[in-house]
Amino acid sequence: MGFLSGESMFGGYGGADILQGCSIGVNKGEIAVVVGPNGAGKSTAMKAMFGMLTLREGSVELDGREISDFPPQERVTLGMGFVPQNANVFTSMTVQENLEMGAFIRRDDFSTTMEQVFSLFPVLAEKRTQAAGELSGGQRQQVAVGRALMTQPTVLMLDEPTAGVSPIVMDELFDRVIEIAKTGIAILMVEQNARQALEIADRGFVLVQGQNRYTDTGAALLADPEVRKAFLGG
Amino acid sequence: MTAVTDILNALALLSNFVLVPGLAYGSQLALGALGVTMVYAVLRFSNFAHGETMSFGAMITILVTWWLQGKGVNFGPLPTALLALPIGIIGTVLMCLLFDRFIYRYYRRQKAAPVTYLIVSVGILFILSGVVRFVIGPQDRMFADGERFILKARAFKEMTGLDQGLAIKTSQGVTVVTAVIIVALLFWFLNRTRTGKSMRAYSDNEDLALLSGISPARVVAITWIITGALAAVAGTLYGLDKGYKPFTYLGLVLPIFASAIVGGVGNPLGAIAGGFVIALSELLLTFAYKRVIAYLTPGDWVPDGLVQLLATDYKLAVSFVILVIVLLVKPTGMFSGKTL
Amino acid sequence: MSMNLRNVLLFAAMGALLVAVGVIQSANVALAILNLCLISAIMTLGVNIQWGYAGLFNAGVMGFAALGGLAAVVVSFPAVPQAWAVGGPRAMLGLATGVCAIALAIVAWKRMPGSRRLRGWAAAGVALAGIAVMRLVIDPAVEAIEAVEPAKTGFLGGLGLPIVLSWVVGGALAALAAWAIGKIALGLRSDYLAIATLGISEIIIYFLKNEEWMARGVKNVNGLPRPVPYEIDLQQTLWVQDLAARLDFNVIELSSIIVKLCYAGLFVVALAVIFWLSERALKSPWGRMMRAIRDNETAASAMGKDVTWRHLQVFVLGSAVIGLAGAMLTTLDGIFTPTSYQPLRFTFLIWVMVIVGGSGNNLGSILGGFVIWFFWIEAEPIGLTLIEFLTSGMAQDSALRLHLIENAAHTRLATMGVVLLLVLRFSPRGLIPEREK
Ligand SMILES: Nc1ncnc2c1ncn2[C@@H]1O[C@H](COP(=O)(O)OP(=O)(O)O)[C@@H](O)[C@H]1O
Ligand SMILES: [Mg+2]
Repeated sequence: MGFLSGESMFGGYGGADILQGCSIGVNKGEIAVVVGPNGAGKSTAMKAMFGMLTLREGSVELDGREISDFPPQERVTLGMGFVPQNANVFTSMTVQENLEMGAFIRRDDFSTTMEQVFSLFPVLAEKRTQAAGELSGGQRQQVAVGRALMTQPTVLMLDEPTAGVSPIVMDELFDRVIEIAKTGIAILMVEQNARQALEIADRGFVLVQGQNRYTDTGAALLADPEVRKAFLGG
Repeated sequence: MTAVTDILNALALLSNFVLVPGLAYGSQLALGALGVTMVYAVLRFSNFAHGETMSFGAMITILVTWWLQGKGVNFGPLPTALLALPIGIIGTVLMCLLFDRFIYRYYRRQKAAPVTYLIVSVGILFILSGVVRFVIGPQDRMFADGERFILKARAFKEMTGLDQGLAIKTSQGVTVVTAVIIVALLFWFLNRTRTGKSMRAYSDNEDLALLSGISPARVVAITWIITGALAAVAGTLYGLDKGYKPFTYLGLVLPIFASAIVGGVGNPLGAIAGGFVIALSELLLTFAYKRVIAYLTPGDWVPDGLVQLLATDYKLAVSFVILVIVLLVKPTGMFSGKTL
Repeated sequence: MSMNLRNVLLFAAMGALLVAVGVIQSANVALAILNLCLISAIMTLGVNIQWGYAGLFNAGVMGFAALGGLAAVVVSFPAVPQAWAVGGPRAMLGLATGVCAIALAIVAWKRMPGSRRLRGWAAAGVALAGIAVMRLVIDPAVEAIEAVEPAKTGFLGGLGLPIVLSWVVGGALAALAAWAIGKIALGLRSDYLAIATLGISEIIIYFLKNEEWMARGVKNVNGLPRPVPYEIDLQQTLWVQDLAARLDFNVIELSSIIVKLCYAGLFVVALAVIFWLSERALKSPWGRMMRAIRDNETAASAMGKDVTWRHLQVFVLGSAVIGLAGAMLTTLDGIFTPTSYQPLRFTFLIWVMVIVGGSGNNLGSILGGFVIWFFWIEAEPIGLTLIEFLTSGMAQDSALRLHLIENAAHTRLATMGVVLLLVLRFSPRGLIPEREK
């Protein structure tokens, strides 16, 4: 179903299943967006795709290869990058150290990658010696995305990268995301700001109670009156 | 003229009884507190067995020292124990790794509560204190050799013409120099090397470290290696300076916790600062200022009492009081933060 | 009280071990162990109330036990009128000054206007000044008191009341201290609570060691009056001599056995009462609420339970039981030795008892107290025998063999550690697990 895909996933945190058979995926160069009400299991689905949660049923595939049993570190090696929803930077470390840690698994010279990240997010270059914990919300999200880019991933997974930032910064971040997608990286993103996110999405998934409620292109979902009524506030 | 010499005499007196011993003891506490802080920052529990770990390291060093002395090896004016120390470090590190592999790892996988680790560390405390007493016996052991003093009180008096002597023991000098070297190495490692940074990252945010491909097993192993090495060095230096008695090391746990907590648990800079704060407070609050005041006041007036805030017997109690006050007033310590 | 077969068997096995010691070593040794088993069991019950019921890690057991010991001295030792005459009131005034100084420092910290930093310095200043004033008041009194027959007394003495009263007083004293400590320390995280209680009880013990005018400090108080007859007196009585002749026993040994049995009788009564009360408390709504709080503090406080207040209650109750056991111990010893309150023996060993016995289960605590104390004592002869056996192949005067034999006693420390770790790993709920609600 795509370059990275999770198929009919079931699983949770030990109690009842949070994921009730949902499927999500993304293709190279595409932006796929997952939206849905709070507690729908969006974050859980992302974690499951990254191996931070064992699936009871279902599978995760990357480039046609089944990776369901791989630990997160191995998925990083295979070219997956993940920006979790919470605590997504090393607050006590400098911006530069955060990026270095992002490149931890690389044994080659990663200075060009770091320059690329700095040119994508120029403010980070300015603040490279400042502790990430001292930055503003928007800057932190940039550090978080930058950190994930340091491995030169082929798939980037973002869990609510615009949480808690102002609308202007949000637009800015979305522009960057589009820019990243244009380099051929597949982007799978969970978003609270469903309308804006679907506008830039090639594909959209509406998740409710761990199941796919709607799956279509971003534009189609935006046009669907039912989706608009239930999830986009009219 | 006399006023100046009086002031110098007072300073010499304070240096001799407070500053020099305080620096040495402070270094020992700082090294011990660094070990506690490393474990806390990475493994996230308070290691009650750290004092016994220090004792274990000192024991191995002493055994190797005896062996070297038996072979007629010495280190000139420096204590032979410094030659034996690397073996002590290796032994302690191996012991720590062994305990981690067979005991702590299980609880890590269970994601046990911090208090469970604490109880486990009490079990290890028992084992280590038994092993140490079984192997080397509970007696006092002096193992310092070489030159006893760097600066003798008499030499100082002759040099300066002051009435008050200032003595610096070799063990004190060695303690401070070694501590400086070790701390510099540790900070270089944590802030400049890839592995060191990965430890800080893990301590800061375990999940994100995992996502970055940092291997927890490796970080944990390195933590124990550093902790074991710090403990062996601290234990040996303390033993060199004050004589080795197995039972004193359990008593060191609280001053060490105090140092770590005063500075802010998990913060290496804090651990060092805390070590000196504790050591100097212990000495300052139990020092008898009688003669210092006599020097500093004009004329021949001498205070009646000792002018001592607390009896010397309360020395260790000072650190407990500071510990308790810090826990109650500002548990995060001087330099807040639970990360390396 | 549902005593299932397994528990009966466990206690029976424990009894058999004690009987075995009675047969192999001597009845005296067995009874000596039994008496300390009983005291350990009470101490363990106290810790279990805190840890098992409420999940509070109190590492200050030794301090509360020492306060119990102090109570034994203060209640039972005859007053030393001369010491009171030369410095009693002044010493009391000094003590009051000290308490006031601390109270004032706390008030300065809590109530004064201004920044934290300012209040901190003010509190520190008040405390230091208070200590200085206290020393001015108390020092001459202390000197005078300690000069009164220093070899025999040199302290104020006590009230000269029956020593059994001190068990209650010891409990009350410990409870009072626990209230003060709990008030300030119970909000702390589990490991900080452990460190804080350990630190505070070290301070208490330092105080007892160094304030000789109060209970002779490191010079110890000997010859506390007993609640039971003295061996010498028993040996003079006809019925003992008679009994010895009939049992074909040495009179001296018999008298000592009788004394120990008397103690054991008293201790069993105390243990039974405390066990009964603990069980009642555990099964009451109060106990159920405590466990609910322990298992999910957030939920409990969300439900409107005053968690801090409940914790304070349980901390005070548990400490009172520990203090009582401490007074009993000093009663049994007939001597108060502040230096003996080592954390290894009086905090961590008790913890081993609780955990091995089964946290949360009172019966388990009693069993844990018995089993661990038994092996704490018997590990020494067992270890020695084992090492003698293992090294029997070596030359009799081999240095290694002699060293091993000489240090065999220390294996008991390691044994305790191993036992604790094994139980934690393979049977974390202990020998007698907590009953499900
Ligand atoms: N670490 C966790 N442990 C247990 N339950 C969790 C955890 N994280 C989330 N949940 C539960 O899983 C459900 C889905 O959460 P989540 O995936 O974070 O939702 P979303 O990201 O869609 O808002 C929620 O009911 C939440 O309470
Ligand atoms: Mg979420």
